[in-house]
Formats: sequence, structure tokens, C-alpha cells
Amino acid sequence: MSTAGHEAAANAPTAGEYIVHHLTHLNTTGHAQKDIIDFTVLNVDTLVFSLLMGVLGLFVMWRVAKSATSGVPGRMQAAVELVLEMVNEQAKGIVHSAESRKAVGPLALTVFVWIFLMNSMDFLPLDLLPTIWQTVTGDHHAYLRIVPTADLNGTLGMSIGVLLVCLYYNIKIKGFGGWMHELFTAPFGSHPLLYPINFAMQMIEFLAKTVSHGMRLFGNMYAGELVFMLIALMGAAWAGTATGVFLFAGHVIAGSIWAIFHILIVALQAFIFMMLTLVYIGQAHEAH
Amino acid sequence: MNLNATLFAQLVVFFILAWFTMQFVWPPIVKALDERAKKIADGLAAAERGKQDLELATKRSTEALREGKEKAAELIGNAEKRAAQLIEEAKVNAKAEADRIVAGAKAEIDQEAVRAKEQLREQVASLVVSGAEKILRREINTQAHADILATIKQDL
Repeated sequence: MSTAGHEAAANAPTAGEYIVHHLTHLNTTGHAQKDIIDFTVLNVDTLVFSLLMGVLGLFVMWRVAKSATSGVPGRMQAAVELVLEMVNEQAKGIVHSAESRKAVGPLALTVFVWIFLMNSMDFLPLDLLPTIWQTVTGDHHAYLRIVPTADLNGTLGMSIGVLLVCLYYNIKIKGFGGWMHELFTAPFGSHPLLYPINFAMQMIEFLAKTVSHGMRLFGNMYAGELVFMLIALMGAAWAGTATGVFLFAGHVIAGSIWAIFHILIVALQAFIFMMLTLVYIGQAHEAH
Repeated sequence: MNLNATLFAQLVVFFILAWFTMQFVWPPIVKALDERAKKIADGLAAAERGKQDLELATKRSTEALREGKEKAAELIGNAEKRAAQLIEEAKVNAKAEADRIVAGAKAEIDQEAVRAKEQLREQVASLVVSGAEKILRREINTQAHADILATIKQDL
């Protein structure tokens, strides 16, 4: 992360500018998005890196699946089988329909592997890819964020995907009429006066589930990224000062500790997102 | 923290990736896992069967061994009995033969003795006659006393 230090010294951005620059997406407009919601803008970096990670994860698993043997498995196959069995066991415990599990299992596996890889982008040195990108494009102010799950669009996109799957199973299992009946009679009971309240509660539930699902992952990864930036800033401040040697040492120590702790968060958040996906789909299977 | 169209793009990517896994990744691996589970179950069952077979075979071989031993003992017993019987028979035969030979020899000896006696008697008779003749030559007429002499000869 000394590159950050040199660049910070050369261009002399303030700490605030450094962080804001690092939190701005490379999007189709070329500058930071002004409005909170603007559907004409596309975050190119989030899309590219999430696609890259998705393709990488699936390619590796596909290679294994193609040559999968029921005899003695190789190390790679054993590793993929381990993950798959873990996901499958969780799915069996939560989604009780074997028919649904044929689709839900792969979905949960995709979610787990994909999010794990996207979260793992945090382990790359903070300024490595942005600096390479700035060198390649020749624009020293080019934006680039490499962790797709630290972008709310990325995580909400996935949680809305899970919501759609939930709606699909609600209708598939209970029938459209049955689901409508549930929307108006659960959780408080079947009484005309309670219909609006029930419906409102159901809507709030769906909204809360989806938003919290996406927000949880986003918040964790965003905060993790931010801490990495603060640690990088601490290291960057040492340049040119004699007492700053301590700051450099602090950067190394704090950076190591945080990176090691972050391994837990990366795996844990991927697991939590997968588990919640299964839980929500499992709930869609249960009639009230 | 701004929302934009990336959300929808991510949504589409999400479903494409899930579909790919559903189609090309999950089924072959699950199939391999199931097959392996079946193989292991079959292997365990075969091992169990083998164990039972072994037990059965051990039991059978023990049985055969026992039977063999019994038969052998019986054979040996019979052979011993037969041998004793043969020896007994041989003894009896030998005794009978010996008796026969002894009896034959005795008979011959008896015959021989009778013949010898006869000869002896005749010789004694003739000796007596000749003795008596010598004594009585003067007084006895051989012709006149022939009947007496014959009687004496007979009595000897």
C-alpha cells in the first residue's frame, strides 16, 4: 500500500478526498452520481467484477462437475464437494420439498460461492487495481471500486432476486388464490376488519426481509472497505516525517489484524446471505 | 450508496449464474456423490456378506474335519479288529494244523509200534519155538506136537 502513500504525497489529496475518491464508482457517466436514485446510470466496475467473480467461481465448479467421478475424488473435486454438501445439508434442513431443492440447492450454492469470491476482492491491496486502472487509462483521477458487494446495487440486486424466487414459490406451492388468501388473513386471522392490517404487515415483512438481506451484506463489506482505507491513510501519513515510522508500523500491524479478521467476515457474510436465502425460500413453502 | 440500474443488471446476472449452476454444475456433482454413496453402501453390504460366508465356511470346514476324524477313527478301529480277528484265525488254523500233524505222527508211530510188536512177537515166538525145540528135541516130535507149538506161538 505504499503506492497509496506515494500518490497521496504526489497529488496531495486530503484524507477526505482520498476516501471519497475510493468510494466513487466507475460508472457510465464518468463522474460521481448526483441523485440518490438514477436508473440511467450503470456502475461498470461493480458489474465487471461481479461477473468476473461469478464466471470464475462457476468455471472452476463446472470444470470439476464435468470430470466428476463417483470413485476416489481428486483434491479439487473433494473441495467442491465439501462446499456443495455443506449447502445441500443446510438446504435439506430448511427447504423440505425435494423437488424445490433441485432448484434451490444450486441457487444457494451459487449465492455462497459468488458472494464469497466478491467479498474476497477486499483482500487485494486497496490501491492495486485502481492504480493499475489509472495507469492503463492514463487518467489519474479515474474511479474504480473492486468489491461488488460493497455496492448497495450489487447486494440489493441479489436480495431482490431472492424475493422474486420467494414470490415464485409462494404462488407455486400455495396457488395464486391460496397465496392471496394468506396475504390477507395472516398473521392476525381471517376477519374483514383485519384484512388491511394483515396485508400491510405482509408487505412490510417482504420489504424488510429484502432490504435487510441486501443491506446486511452491503453494510459489512462497505464498513470493512472503509476500515482498510483508514488503515491505508494511516500508513500514507508517514511519508516525509521522521515520527511517521510509527504510523507505518501501525499500518502494517492494524492492516494485518484487520485483514485476518476480515477473512471471517467474508466467509460469514457469504454464509449468512446463503442461509437467509434458504430461510426465506423455506418460508415461502410454509402455509400459515 | 446511490441506487442505479446496476441493481437490475445484478439481478439478471444473479439468475443467469443460478441457472448455469442448476444446469451444469449441481447435477453432475450430486450424481457423483449419490453414486459414491451407493458404491460405499454396496461395498459395506458385500463385506458383511463376505463375513457371513466366511463364518459359514468356517463352520462347514470344522464340521468336515470332525467327520473326517470320526471316520478315520472308525476305520482304524475296524482295521484293528480285523487284524486281531486274522491273528486269532491264524492261531486257530495253526493249532489245528499242528494237531493234525501231531495226530498223523502219532498214528504212524502207533502203526510202527504195532508192526514192531508184531515182528517182535514173531521173533520171540520163533525164538521160543527154536528154544523149546532145542530143549525138547529129544522128547518131542515136531510133527506130533505141532498143534501145541502153534498154540504157544499164538499165545506169545
